[in-house]
Amino acid sequence: MLFPVPHKAEFSRVVITGAGVITALGQGYKVNAEGFRSGRVAMRRVTLFDVSRQRVKIAAEADLPPELPRTSLREHQIHRMDRAARLLLLAAHEAWQQAGWTPSPDLPLVLGTTSGGMSLGQDYYRQAINAPQSRRQQATRVLHYQAQRQGLDLADAFGFHGPITIIANACASGANAIGHAWELVRRGRAQRVLTGGYDALSHLVFAGFDSLQALSPTQCRPFDAHRDGLALGEGAAVLTLETLEYARRRHAEILGELVGYGAATDSHHLTQPHPNGDAAFASMTAAGASARIAPDQIGYINAHGTGTPLNDGAEAAAINRWAGARAGSLPVSSTKFSIGHLLGGAGAVEALVCLMALRGQWLPPTSTLETPEPACAFPIVRAPTDAKLDYALSNSFGFGGANATLILRRWA
Amino acid sequence: MSRIFVRGEGAVSPAGWSVAALREAMARDEPLPMKELARPGWDRSLLVRTVPPASPRPAFMSHARLRRASPIAHYAVAAALEALGADAAGLANGALRLGIVVCVMSGCVNYSRRFYNETLKDPATASPVVFPETVFNAPASHLAALLGTTAINYTLVGDPGTVLQGLALAADWLLNGQVDGCLVVGAEEMDWITADAVSRFTSLCQVSDGAGALYLRRDTAQGPAVELRAVTDSCLFSNHQTRAQAARRARAELSADGAPQLLCDGLQGVPRMDRDEAAAWHDWSGARLSVKKTLGEGLMAAAAWQCIAAVDALRHGRFAAANVSVVGCNQQAIAAQFARTGS
Repeated sequence: MLFPVPHKAEFSRVVITGAGVITALGQGYKVNAEGFRSGRVAMRRVTLFDVSRQRVKIAAEADLPPELPRTSLREHQIHRMDRAARLLLLAAHEAWQQAGWTPSPDLPLVLGTTSGGMSLGQDYYRQAINAPQSRRQQATRVLHYQAQRQGLDLADAFGFHGPITIIANACASGANAIGHAWELVRRGRAQRVLTGGYDALSHLVFAGFDSLQALSPTQCRPFDAHRDGLALGEGAAVLTLETLEYARRRHAEILGELVGYGAATDSHHLTQPHPNGDAAFASMTAAGASARIAPDQIGYINAHGTGTPLNDGAEAAAINRWAGARAGSLPVSSTKFSIGHLLGGAGAVEALVCLMALRGQWLPPTSTLETPEPACAFPIVRAPTDAKLDYALSNSFGFGGANATLILRRWA
Repeated sequence: MSRIFVRGEGAVSPAGWSVAALREAMARDEPLPMKELARPGWDRSLLVRTVPPASPRPAFMSHARLRRASPIAHYAVAAALEALGADAAGLANGALRLGIVVCVMSGCVNYSRRFYNETLKDPATASPVVFPETVFNAPASHLAALLGTTAINYTLVGDPGTVLQGLALAADWLLNGQVDGCLVVGAEEMDWITADAVSRFTSLCQVSDGAGALYLRRDTAQGPAVELRAVTDSCLFSNHQTRAQAARRARAELSADGAPQLLCDGLQGVPRMDRDEAAAWHDWSGARLSVKKTLGEGLMAAAAWQCIAAVDALRHGRFAAANVSVVGCNQQAIAAQFARTGS
């Protein structure tokens, strides 16, 4: 039953035992960790669709392998998977393998995405307009365009039965998904949850951000005084979350601990944050409260840091206010200059960046930064840096005022 | 205390802009008239049921955030305001932390189609005003802005059973103390491309649009109340479980305690689409309400209307308990139970 459920008086500790990722930096944890640690930029001219009439022509495209890993998916299911579904499956497979999980009838899946199988939706529309009498492949496109299909593909691939929850809170979706999964585990609703976020580049979304003039015509430079916009990217990250007790019982390797989650809503404007970053502040405050830690315990913030003038200004104000005296020595960076803004995948990948930093004891730089934004009271990590840190915080903010914050702890 | 009550409900449907309009349409027990929707490139039209124009125009539509919003946002807001009733006025001062769960399947399809059409013609001139309204959580955002709430706010995407998942999520938030009240909204808007997509599977199904909202609280207002008693597991359609098996499993999970006398099902009079749900409930001997037979296939909105029809029947004393069955399009079978209570 989803309701009612037994009330658990004490919270369980929630650990991460598997982490999978694919971005423009490459496929897999190791290559991504190396890329984030060194601050590599993975932008290139868009090849997936025509950008000749766009104002901006670059993005961070991921290279997909020619073959998907072996799972329980049938050949026809694999054949029908679109780019977003493939990205998701690749990340999930890595996480699943690393965790050493086995199928279970009651394993929940919580995903974040903004557009699911948008490329199939685009194909559907073009055919509906250009060849209105043709029915060829249209029914398949209808089914596989929908995000629940990508979730069902994972369930079939790994042999679990849900429930599937898909959170579409714009660019905070991935963080909301992981946060929701964390709530399910710590409150005893499930012993383990597969969770993450994903999105593939699509023409509609690229044109949308370009129409808003939100894309940088030069280079994405989060928290730079002369920043002029974001860069888009694509990818997926998936985490396996489970209770500490469950992980210990099966002698799993523990990669890290998820200790806090906060969410808040900014009702200032559909696409612009409140200049004071009120909801970001509320989200960080809620995450800190749920983790029962103070800002001076945080060793690194992976900021939402899109590189747009409005976002970074509001986020800087929120971090300054939340961190207080700690701000002056609290390292902050954004990794979107490297892999672009992954929209529904961003929060999940950036939580994974925090996990990487905690495990490797390093700070990922924002290597394109030239002139730090004066409003930032905090130091921005500009070069590869080793560090000692026990807690890392990840911010994700989205259109519609969706704000989410995750806090991770080093496992030692 | 782990009880959850439905404090209010609201509906926008082809029957009109209120729960009363939905109730009256169901009482007439006749399918609402259909209208023709032009489909580009076809000689024949698609037959659909749409929400009639609001008359008089609701005041909220002049709010800065809602003037340019698409119909789905208007439907969601209207249903939410009806469900909230007098509580809506007290939200802006922050005295009540209101969670919002908006569930959609097709979502903001009007603006998405329009924006992509502009992109295909010339991306350099695609409208920046249109794009933000394409995002799934635009209706939830507009609703939060209108109400002045800053609490947790999720937009869930899935097949129509997602509305019942949303009820369970809201109950969880309430019982955890994360919010003081929570709106669960299911909403869709009409577009030829949605009707076209559904027609790929059957020509007998008439798509409709609208919204339904349920306002959940841990406490009741004075007098008889309606309680959310249960939401079953989400029984997935997968390689391991057919749609028919999932429908049977969802039904089996519902307790017969309290002797539910009403079933609000999702049957719509299309044999191929109804088959699995009809089989799972073939021996149901109580009363039935099949809102889709009257209002059409409103996808996420229809699942919300099913809940509202059940709650409304309980609130008016016609039954003591009611089951809601949602056997979705392509994800899950799930069911819920509501009961009237005197406290």
